[in-house]
Amino acid sequence: MAHLEIVDVTRRFGDFLAVDRVTLSIAVGEFFTLLGPSGCGKTTLLRMIAGFDQPDGGRILLDGKDLADLPPEERPVRTVFQSYALFPHMTVQGNVAFPLKMAKTPPAEIPAKVAQMLEGVRLSGFAGRFPHELSGGQRQRVAIARALVTHPTLLLLDEPLAALDAKLREEMQIELINLQRDVGITFVYVTHDQTEALALSHRIAVMNKGRVEQVDEPDRLYSFPRTRFVADFIGTCNLLAGPVTDTTDGVATIAVSNLGPVVVAAGVAPAQGAAGAVALRPEKVRLAAPGTAAAAANRFAGTITGFLYQGDVTMYMVRAAQGHPMEALLANSASGLAKFFEVGDAVEMSWPADAGHYVEDETR
Amino acid sequence: MPKRTFWLAAAALVAYAFLYLPLVIVVVYSFNDSRLNAEWVGFTFDWYRKLAANEEMLLAAGNSLLIALVASAVSTVFGTLAGLAMHRYRLRLLPILVLAPIAIPEILMGVSLLIFFVMLNFTLGLVSVALAHIAFCIGFVAIVVRARLSGMDESLVEAARDCGASPAQAFFHVTLPLIMPGVIAGALMAFTLSIDDFVITFFTAGAGTVTLPLQIYSMIKIAVTPEVNAVSTLLMLLTLMLIVIASKVSPSLLRSEHA
Amino acid sequence: MTRRHSGRWGKWLVAGPPLVYLFVFFAIPALIMVVASFRTPGDFGGLAPLVGADGEIDLNLESYTRFFEDALYAQIFVKSFWYALATTLICLVLAYPLATLIANSERRRRDLLLLLVILPFWSNFLIRIYAWMIILGPNAALARTLNGVLGAFGQEPVSLLFSAFAVLVCLVYVHLPFMVLPLYANLEKHDQALLDAAQDLGANGWQRFWRITFPLSLPGVYAGSALVFIPAFGIFAIPDILGGPDDSLIGNVIKQQFLETRDWPFGSVLSIVLTASALAFAALAAWVGRRGVGRLAAGDA
Repeated sequence: MAHLEIVDVTRRFGDFLAVDRVTLSIAVGEFFTLLGPSGCGKTTLLRMIAGFDQPDGGRILLDGKDLADLPPEERPVRTVFQSYALFPHMTVQGNVAFPLKMAKTPPAEIPAKVAQMLEGVRLSGFAGRFPHELSGGQRQRVAIARALVTHPTLLLLDEPLAALDAKLREEMQIELINLQRDVGITFVYVTHDQTEALALSHRIAVMNKGRVEQVDEPDRLYSFPRTRFVADFIGTCNLLAGPVTDTTDGVATIAVSNLGPVVVAAGVAPAQGAAGAVALRPEKVRLAAPGTAAAAANRFAGTITGFLYQGDVTMYMVRAAQGHPMEALLANSASGLAKFFEVGDAVEMSWPADAGHYVEDETR
Repeated sequence: MPKRTFWLAAAALVAYAFLYLPLVIVVVYSFNDSRLNAEWVGFTFDWYRKLAANEEMLLAAGNSLLIALVASAVSTVFGTLAGLAMHRYRLRLLPILVLAPIAIPEILMGVSLLIFFVMLNFTLGLVSVALAHIAFCIGFVAIVVRARLSGMDESLVEAARDCGASPAQAFFHVTLPLIMPGVIAGALMAFTLSIDDFVITFFTAGAGTVTLPLQIYSMIKIAVTPEVNAVSTLLMLLTLMLIVIASKVSPSLLRSEHA
Repeated sequence: MTRRHSGRWGKWLVAGPPLVYLFVFFAIPALIMVVASFRTPGDFGGLAPLVGADGEIDLNLESYTRFFEDALYAQIFVKSFWYALATTLICLVLAYPLATLIANSERRRRDLLLLLVILPFWSNFLIRIYAWMIILGPNAALARTLNGVLGAFGQEPVSLLFSAFAVLVCLVYVHLPFMVLPLYANLEKHDQALLDAAQDLGANGWQRFWRITFPLSLPGVYAGSALVFIPAFGIFAIPDILGGPDDSLIGNVIKQQFLETRDWPFGSVLSIVLTASALAFAALAAWVGRRGVGRLAAGDA
């Protein structure tokens, strides 16, 4: 059953279309992520769900009820802010008790509820501290405790991990997954970090220029991007663009300039002459010394122009014979060798037809 | 470069001496056992004793205190509202009305209020002075409060609303406690400006009403006696105390722009 | 803030009280004064009735005509302008090294040094004038030493007090903090790396100041100049107390018109011309400042 429904929501700032006819349906208990670059409209959308901003068009429904005329304080929705927005003049206790006070909880019941909540986020000994006396991770947990203490059915999280360093961020990601499973409420999570989105979410909506480009599960989003933007934004990708010259038996051929004809398995056969692109992950490209490559649908000669050595893997920059730049990711798995190739080495790139993924090229 | 630093420090030292020497002389001569402010004769408390017995002066001090209390209380409320409004809403008229009294020559405000009160047949006196003081103090309070607000994380108010607070609750539980140092600093500033004001008071007080600065003015216009040194010293002490309190409440106040 | 829920009346609840107060006690008096400048002075001071005995509304330009025709007032205006300008320039020369020193000092000492500049500003205005009465008084050490030296050269003794010199010294004294603060606020933001880069590129100390620091500090210079010039232009207490009979400035004439001559229309004209020219000068400074900065940004420095 749909918990939160966003129907045709639009928001303009002057001439700028921040959110453009977005429609989403989020299920009860789902960990749903809005992913996109800054300025794509994801935060504006979140603010409209919370009630800090109003749509110019469309409706937002929670459990089937239109939220339009409810001010933020009357929505059964809580937000974890990017800056955490902990009240600096209140202790941890005061911060977590604040929503209870506002909800007119009998004062006698407040301490027990706060204590229980703080225990839940492992901050039992910190009730008397002020926000500035806490570490970044602890502040984050106070913000979550404050948001959850009144048992909302929907939690909105606005880039909650952006302020943390890499190691802590990873720890908090695991905590967030566990927390969401334990409390069982719906999370709507905003981030620009694709690895974070892939790691945490049940489903992801990729947004660009106010629009939703694709809504899918993380693994499907990575493997089967529908648009060029999604392919490019999620992970790194070789984008081989050109007109479709042939489609037979679910295999399309695209004439890529500076490379040559590339064949790709296409689920839905594109029309001939359509502008398309092949999204090809670097790890799907095989590199071999010239003449040693196994038979494959796509084979191109090239030269190594550079590499980024990353320890476990190496990303090779390859220039195809006709000039098209390519990237190939290889595990450093050769025994006795640090890596396979050096700059200037001639190589042969190859990949099967189903290694790449056909996307519409909306940039043409 | 030590040579450059030396000349810089020397120049700065001269500037500081220029700023403080006159005030030090006033304080020192307030303890001088001589009617002439010319040379040191000996130590005395006589001028303070005379001051304590000077009923006119005490009346003036009482008037000044009363006006400053009323003016700072009212202008703090209005100035805080003005600071909030200027921070939160896009208004065209309010910032002009708030800042203009600070930007224009003081004498203009004095004489225009004089015409205003006389035309309304409003008796010049304590009330007209207080009304005038409130008008020019609002801007100073508003500037301090707005500076405090612009340093505040905007999402705190949203967080309060998100936690279930109405706009009024969010203001009283979150915004007001956080801007309180600015409000107190603004109030102390308004108090000091009011108790020190001469120009606007001069035009709006009328013939019968005397405040401390007006009393000092007539004393130095007629005859300079070291009693003026004594009352000046006390007034400086009061101002200094207020500034110390203000800087304890809002350390950033002394770093932010005053003018 | 939400657009719908904070409500339109919430805005006026906050902005309304100060708006109404300042409208009544600042805007209306100012407007009344503008109208007063077009009216006729009353027989016993103040204003003649707006509607005369003949039923006509009495508004005229007589006071303006008088102001522009009587050379005496133009002279006083020009004199006030020169005093204000001289005050501004002397303040600039004194404030620059002070602001530089404060901006260059350690962070901990900076606040104290700045506080020491602001502190005298918070002491009573009249006390600061009075202090100079003592220092420049005929029996004080300064005047006696000076007249001793003059006497030794066979010159007549001079009076320091009640002179143009006294007025100017006190004008500078009272307004100096207004110049230091904006200058400091500007200099404090300067990036030391720029000076290091200039030195690295071969600029000596003077060149670094004149080609880097000073042009970058121009916004502070203009802001400080406006803050000093405007109040100095309209001052009346300092010439009133420390000046001689020839040192009356425009502020003194305004005071005289309102409290002694009681010619309100003419006093209003003087006040309006004073305010308009002070603000015009400040706007000019701001405009020159912006243009200067724009030119710098365009790389033509």
